[in-house]
Amino acid sequence: MSKVIIDGAIVDDTWALVAAADAEIPDAQKIIVPLKIWQAKPASLNGKTVGVWLDSADDPSTIEADIKSLPIVAVNFPTFKDGRGYSTAYLLRTRYGYTGELRAIGDIQRDQLFYLQRVGFNAFSIRADKDIAAALKSLSDFSDVYQGSVVQVSPLFRRRQNIATAS
Amino acid sequence: MYRYDRIDQQIVNERVAQFRDQTERFLRGVLGEEEFRVLRLQNGLYIQKHAPMLRVAIPYGHLSSKQVRMLAHIARTYDRGYGHFTTRQNIQFNWPELAQVPDILAELATVEMHAIQTSGNCIRNTTSDQFAGVAHDEVIDPRPYAELIRQWSTFHPEFAYLPRKFKIAVSGSIKDRAGTLFHDIGAQAVLNDAGKVVFRVLVGGGLGRTPILGHVIHDALPPEHLLTYFDAVLRVYNRFGRRDNIYKARIKILVKELGVEKFRAEVAAEWAHLKDRPSTITQAEIDRVSSFFVDPAYESLPAVSAQFEQAEAEQKGFANWVKRNVFRHKKPGYAAVTLSLKKTGIAPGDVTDAQLDAVADLADEYSFGEVRVSHEQNLILADVKQDDLNAVWLRAKAIGFATPNIGLLTDIIACPGGDFCSLANAKSIPVAEAIQRRVEDKLGDLDYLHDVGDLQLNISGCMNACGHHHVGHIGILGVDKHGEEFYQVSIGGSQGLGASLGKVIGPSFAQDDMADVVEKLVGTYIDLRIEDERFIDTVKRLGIEPFKVSVYGNKKEIAEVENV
Repeated sequence: MSKVIIDGAIVDDTWALVAAADAEIPDAQKIIVPLKIWQAKPASLNGKTVGVWLDSADDPSTIEADIKSLPIVAVNFPTFKDGRGYSTAYLLRTRYGYTGELRAIGDIQRDQLFYLQRVGFNAFSIRADKDIAAALKSLSDFSDVYQGSVVQVSPLFRRRQNIATAS
Repeated sequence: MYRYDRIDQQIVNERVAQFRDQTERFLRGVLGEEEFRVLRLQNGLYIQKHAPMLRVAIPYGHLSSKQVRMLAHIARTYDRGYGHFTTRQNIQFNWPELAQVPDILAELATVEMHAIQTSGNCIRNTTSDQFAGVAHDEVIDPRPYAELIRQWSTFHPEFAYLPRKFKIAVSGSIKDRAGTLFHDIGAQAVLNDAGKVVFRVLVGGGLGRTPILGHVIHDALPPEHLLTYFDAVLRVYNRFGRRDNIYKARIKILVKELGVEKFRAEVAAEWAHLKDRPSTITQAEIDRVSSFFVDPAYESLPAVSAQFEQAEAEQKGFANWVKRNVFRHKKPGYAAVTLSLKKTGIAPGDVTDAQLDAVADLADEYSFGEVRVSHEQNLILADVKQDDLNAVWLRAKAIGFATPNIGLLTDIIACPGGDFCSLANAKSIPVAEAIQRRVEDKLGDLDYLHDVGDLQLNISGCMNACGHHHVGHIGILGVDKHGEEFYQVSIGGSQGLGASLGKVIGPSFAQDDMADVVEKLVGTYIDLRIEDERFIDTVKRLGIEPFKVSVYGNKKEIAEVENV
């Protein structure tokens, strides 16, 4: 079974990913399907636990109505240079109130992890050819941050005084 | 100036460690070429024609003498004894070894400097007016806001992989010296009817392949909302900016395609969710950051220095320098001095390690230990006593920084061009030198230069426009024609609040013709000007036609040039 980082730990990946809208639905019980399939809700999904993945151009508001019932949401990065998924995650967490597992998939590598976790991703499917154990280290590249985002809502300027006093 | 506290320092130190690890992984072959390319660019590291080039940030153009000495040390130790000040308040080193870059960054960190986000598709170094805090025409000191923007943009997690680069400039004076009309975001401080400072926010300006002046999308934004509003602008851009075509990826294209009204509405809708949320700047923070930008210990001096006036009357060379290189200060008895990095024969913006050390000494002795960098690629001593101007002039002369040409034809803005940059179509530096030499050799002495008066000549080696050619009164753009270097000339561009984009006068020229072309343009201006009209005013009054005729002659010749 392949591995995934969830909440800072390397664990077995229990989800099967349906990579394309025209792909066959696998036998697996827990699957993550493209937005198109998830919207179409074909009979082949019946009886399964179904999550959805959004591509970089997909609008996160399209899943707003079902946000509470989704067991997992993944956001695809076709290349690590396509930064739309960062805003998608921010919006899912802050505007649409998604609290479940939010997984970064696609071209996910260690040097993007620090930013990805800050905008609300808590799970990372590291690219298969990369060292997942090494990647884990980058979640702690920085010990503090300036601006507010999903993780650490409060910008440094609202906390600076307290930190200074504490040290 | 702003000083790091423990947390600021820790963040920069952690960046050094992170980049050291990334570089080592790249050199070991663990990190791929393309992955490392994106990461190193976000640390200002390019791979150039000859060697890597490292671009170091000088946030809003401020340096302490200690930092200047560190730049000298880096030039001496890791480079070939010189550096190059850019057109966006950065300094570039052209010859570092890739494996040594982490060490350079570690040295920079010891003096609160870095190369964070000086390149790449992210929010770049925030720039401002080189006379911020001392200008006589200032509405508000923009530096606290520039520093707040620097902190907010540093490692912003959501906006590190934008469609394209993103540049922000802040101006706090009546005259815009920060180029706010040609930035992705330009923020201009203005006073509202109640006498309160608010920001006019412009979006979508830029030079490059598609030069456009920014559009006002908020005309009175209270300062505490700057960061939430910028978050809204950036989120709209990050989500909807084009990523399919690098030439259409800047925010200016998004604004153009959506239309200003629709874009403004998108930003307003996004901002509605962010306004008054935790990223709203607190008064305590504005006060804290402002406390770093209080006036130095100025003496109470008479508005006019007798010593200074006497020297001015007796020494013509000094008087010429005062006329061009000394800027009016808000404080009586003080002046801001621009050290010209535009001596003929030296690439515009280039400095040696020895010159940097000498400038640091000048700053310590005469200007409270601080130096400013302008986007025109000159250095500024912002707080010099008028009594000391003569001494500063003599010292500046000794290091080759007293050319009395600020704002004149030979104060040329130029990118490094084809001599260094791998993006360039053509060389910039030899063209700048040819023009400077023509002025010196053929057109006679300084009186000619001063008689021609204000004339901004800008040279870019390619359409990326690092030399800001579109906003030069005379703009020169290097183009590639069948593998050969040619130069396209435009006139009528200008900076400031009334900024305008230059118009191309016709077919391009060979490098050897450039001094002749500029001489003809200037000659036409001298013939046609009315009273004390500046070059740009004459062009705006008459259009480009008379200038075109003086350069190309009749139509037949134009056709011949076209066929070259």
